[in-house]
Amino acid sequence: MSPAALAAAALALLGASVLLVLVRLVRGPDLANRVVALDLLSILGVGIASAAAVVSGDAVYLDVALILALIAFVSTVAFARYAEQGGDE
Amino acid sequence: MSLLAGALLLLGAVFMTLGAAGLVRLPDVYTRMSASSKAATLGASLALLGAAVHFGSAAVAGRAVVIVAFLFLTAPVAAHAIGRAGYRRKSPLWRGTIADELADADPGRKESA
Repeated sequence: MSPAALAAAALALLGASVLLVLVRLVRGPDLANRVVALDLLSILGVGIASAAAVVSGDAVYLDVALILALIAFVSTVAFARYAEQGGDE
Repeated sequence: MSLLAGALLLLGAVFMTLGAAGLVRLPDVYTRMSASSKAATLGASLALLGAAVHFGSAAVAGRAVVIVAFLFLTAPVAAHAIGRAGYRRKSPLWRGTIADELADADPGRKESA
């Protein structure tokens, strides 16, 4: 298997994962489950950004991954605090 | 692109897919959180390692290491915050759960879910 085919397979798997996570995001069944789904969605974004860096040969996508990781952490903690203090579904 | 970089990328994608499958298949919010925080963080780190190998320059590798370190520091904190919020909101435990040590010890737990 050639390296380019490996990277393409990785991107296909990541796309399938995003669809799986969206299933959980829609089905819930409650806010805590959706926060978990959102957290995983942004970690998948980090993975997709690093795969994009390799496929395109442009290292600037790693900056995207870094910023996405930062925002993912802050938003997950903020959402979790909101849920903990009784926020609406 | 070297074969090693492609293989690391694919392995990372497999782990992230396992995390996503766990998120869909596991029975309650706590087990789902466990799948997403551990498997997906490892997967993202492997993908970043693959990118570092692919570019092979110190600048890119340094950035990848910083992101991996940041993920390893924040994933447990985020998972803890979610688990705590879920428990306090009385997100139901799986019926096969065998231990709930906080069952009568968490005054912050909401009475009505």
